[in-house]
Amino acid sequence: MSEINGTLNGMPITARAGQTVGAALVAAGITSWRSTAKTSRPRGLFCGIGVCFDCLVTADGVPNQRACAMPMRDGMVLETGMGERPDA
Amino acid sequence: MLEVFDVAVVGAGPAGLAAAVHAADAGLGVALVDAGSQPGGQFWRHPDEAAAAANPDQFREGAGQHDWKRFTDLRTRLNRHRGAGRLVYLPGRQVWLIEPGGHGGAATLRLAPAVDVPGSDAAEPGQVRAAHVILCPGGYDRQLPVPGWDLPGVMAAGGAQALLKGNRTTAGTVAVIGGTGPFLLPVATGLAGAGVKVAAICEANSPTGWLGNLAGAVRAPEKAGEGLAYAAALARHRIPYKVRTAVTEIHGTDRVEAVTISRLSPDGSVLAGTGRRIACDLVALGWGFTAQLELVLAAGAQTAVDADGSLIAVVDNRMASSVPGISVAGEATGVGGAAMAVVEGELAALCVAAGAGAAETARPTAAQPELDRRIARLQRERARLREFALAMHRANPVPARWHGWLAPETLVCRCEEVDYGTLCRAHEELGADDARSLKSFARPGMGWCQGRVCGYATASIAADFASRPVSEADLRAMSKRTLAAPVSLGQLAALEFDDFDDISADKGSQE
Amino acid sequence: MSFPRVADVVVIGGGAVGAACAFYAARAGLSVVVLEQGAIASGTSSACEGNILVSDKEAGPELSLAQYSQQLWRGELAEFGHLWEFESKGGLVVSARPGTQDNLAKLAQRQRAAGIDVELVPGGELLGLEPHLNPRMAGGAYYPQDAQVQPMLVVAHLLRLARGMGAVVEPHTTVTGFLRRGDAVTGVATSRGSIDAPAVVNAAGTWGGAIADLARVSVPVLPRKGYVMVTEPLPVMVRHKVYAAEYVDNVASSDAGLQTSPVVEGTGGGTILIGSSRERVGFDRSFDPRVLSAMAGKAIGLFPFLAQVKALRGYFGFRPYCPDHLPVIGPDPRAPGLWHACGHEGAGIGLSAGTGALIAASLAGTALGMDATAFAPERFDAHLATESAHV
Repeated sequence: MSEINGTLNGMPITARAGQTVGAALVAAGITSWRSTAKTSRPRGLFCGIGVCFDCLVTADGVPNQRACAMPMRDGMVLETGMGERPDA
Repeated sequence: MLEVFDVAVVGAGPAGLAAAVHAADAGLGVALVDAGSQPGGQFWRHPDEAAAAANPDQFREGAGQHDWKRFTDLRTRLNRHRGAGRLVYLPGRQVWLIEPGGHGGAATLRLAPAVDVPGSDAAEPGQVRAAHVILCPGGYDRQLPVPGWDLPGVMAAGGAQALLKGNRTTAGTVAVIGGTGPFLLPVATGLAGAGVKVAAICEANSPTGWLGNLAGAVRAPEKAGEGLAYAAALARHRIPYKVRTAVTEIHGTDRVEAVTISRLSPDGSVLAGTGRRIACDLVALGWGFTAQLELVLAAGAQTAVDADGSLIAVVDNRMASSVPGISVAGEATGVGGAAMAVVEGELAALCVAAGAGAAETARPTAAQPELDRRIARLQRERARLREFALAMHRANPVPARWHGWLAPETLVCRCEEVDYGTLCRAHEELGADDARSLKSFARPGMGWCQGRVCGYATASIAADFASRPVSEADLRAMSKRTLAAPVSLGQLAALEFDDFDDISADKGSQE
Repeated sequence: MSFPRVADVVVIGGGAVGAACAFYAARAGLSVVVLEQGAIASGTSSACEGNILVSDKEAGPELSLAQYSQQLWRGELAEFGHLWEFESKGGLVVSARPGTQDNLAKLAQRQRAAGIDVELVPGGELLGLEPHLNPRMAGGAYYPQDAQVQPMLVVAHLLRLARGMGAVVEPHTTVTGFLRRGDAVTGVATSRGSIDAPAVVNAAGTWGGAIADLARVSVPVLPRKGYVMVTEPLPVMVRHKVYAAEYVDNVASSDAGLQTSPVVEGTGGGTILIGSSRERVGFDRSFDPRVLSAMAGKAIGLFPFLAQVKALRGYFGFRPYCPDHLPVIGPDPRAPGLWHACGHEGAGIGLSAGTGALIAASLAGTALGMDATAFAPERFDAHLATESAHV
């Protein structure tokens, strides 16, 4: 079984081939990877099927990607933090 | 000049797959557009086919699926049609705009990649033109806000199931499942089968409702058999099935730690003093389904409020919407399950084929009576399944007094973080008495998901404020999305139009 | 509560201008009833950007009204500013070419003479104000007075404040005709009954021409369709309201065809608003991707990073437009008892405060805050007469 490896904020994340980013994070025991704009509350998977946009993550430098819909790829660099309220 | 397909099908779930395959069977040139990376939709979501093929032991295809053979048959036929060049399959793409053709002209679907990380294999998206469009957008779990539902570890029931079916991943170790309707059962048994302890299923309604219907009030004996199988599975996994009960509060600081479940009176109000705390790390919620209607609305098609309170597309008995050239099939015409969606998809395809045949004089006339017979048979089958679906909707209503478990600080709109208290003030102080005004004054439905998650709840809260039933206008206000999916400005700027030079001339004449 | 039967003033229209008229009239001690055909703030006020601009106006009566309104927004209404998210973000007008910058400099000079704060910005200094702007701009002008509000909240809170002073707001009420005694207007007939009132204010915005028709007077207000797009939320990338100098020309243009000019601004929530388009297509409610495409291309021309940014939604509204691009404000001598407060085109939110104050002063018979003769409702009759004489 081929394993694929990536990182979340520099921390190694291992996934099975075919898993989505969201599934790989949940399987690793990570339930949230975004904080909300107004009250900085943690968010992770909710609808799980691309509808709610709660699971946004920055993937390979591209912000606001849905973790539930995006396949995990080898070498993927994931970052949390986007979607926070910008300081005006 | 771009190819004009005979028919474009949007969505590759049960309805869309059936529509695309049967349209191609009938000799039509088909484009099948789907947001998913492989066919099946939500109902037949399954592990990545390439990964499964490389490791069949770990990913046993069809595990935990219902009616799987029907899917594999459709998939085989889909692939055969692709191989023969009769069907172009466009996965990983979302339709962000539909432009109906009107007056016999071709409709245009504008496509954007569903996932757009650099290096991902989203091919050049572009557009599809077709003489006829069959929209099969499906649906997703309808949600009612509850205190704490924004905590990580709370998921839509369908989301917990999608993780399991698509990824073989469980979202927790101890689950409480809440809401209403028969869909809670496969979610529970699926999780239990994967090793999750299901501490409770909280069904807000009384089982005498739908179990009574399953016993034969409706002519759907296959569903009664399903009900018995679930009852056995619940017993085997020792899953407590609690009726007239709802998850009324979810506890935790940075993730779910426990829920309070409470008994409901028949009108859905919480019975004081019945609350009971259950420790868990996964909560799966579903209150029926919301049909995905943005393309239906963008096409300008008529809608109605169905028996379950969801906004649906109005179609005739040939699955045609009120807009010429646009048909709708599957959950978007009324939630009815996968079997009904397959029937509707096939029916929509055959009716388009019959229409195309009637228009084309060269077509062998001998085929027409056979086509008509099949259409009539499908129409009868659809009517039977629709009757069953309506009975289920009536047995599983959203509790009338569900607003009673909301606290002022309970989020209604998760994206814009709008709480119930803010909505109350928008009504009491600013006079908002419909969903549109709530949205204008307090921003529910204005964020990332554009009201897909909080739309029903906001409409229901607005109606409650105004002491009236939820109206079609409330639901439409929360469902209308001019862009059906996010699209980059670069892609917008690069759009090509056949007739851009004429824009002033043809529009100016309307004044 | 039962439907009102009498009032000192009936205001037709529950948008920004109607709400401001109601607020100021109630504050002047008049009993006010506001009638709105749909929900409040459901017309043009819900489909715009909430601009309070001085930068886009040539020296003249409209600029004077904008300045008068600025005094009110920043003066007596300032205590409510947080309720409607008043943000004095400042406007930056940029020129792509040196020739355009010369014209912008001349405009700025005339505006400065009229009392506007404006500062010319050399091309090399633009990036200091807007780091992500296209670096190949010839220059610009900075207008610190330009501001923005959430327009629906302006309407809702002005009406709430008016209700606090006794005003009654009746949404979902259609005006079907006027009560008359000779030429004089003595009230209105509505879908829910009639109201006797010695004064009726037509603040029906884009629908103001139709209301005037009901009173058998002509006020030539026409719809001009404009789109706005809203992007995904991002960290702050655009600090001001930034637009191209050609926008000023388009605002003043009477061309019926589609015009687009880039207007880009960040919001408190992190989304970026993108305008603008102008076309005269009646009340055509179809959603035209060709307009969005043109707008997107021009916005990217101003801010190249936008090419990768996603639009989440788009909307359009119908701006109430008069042939001379000036609003119609004041009593109508052709129908005594009827006042007009409509036709503000794309500036109605910003100009609503001054318009409401002028109308209230006129109703109460007190001194006007500024000379309003240029906005006189009967001006079109003379104008049309002159025009037809030339035909």
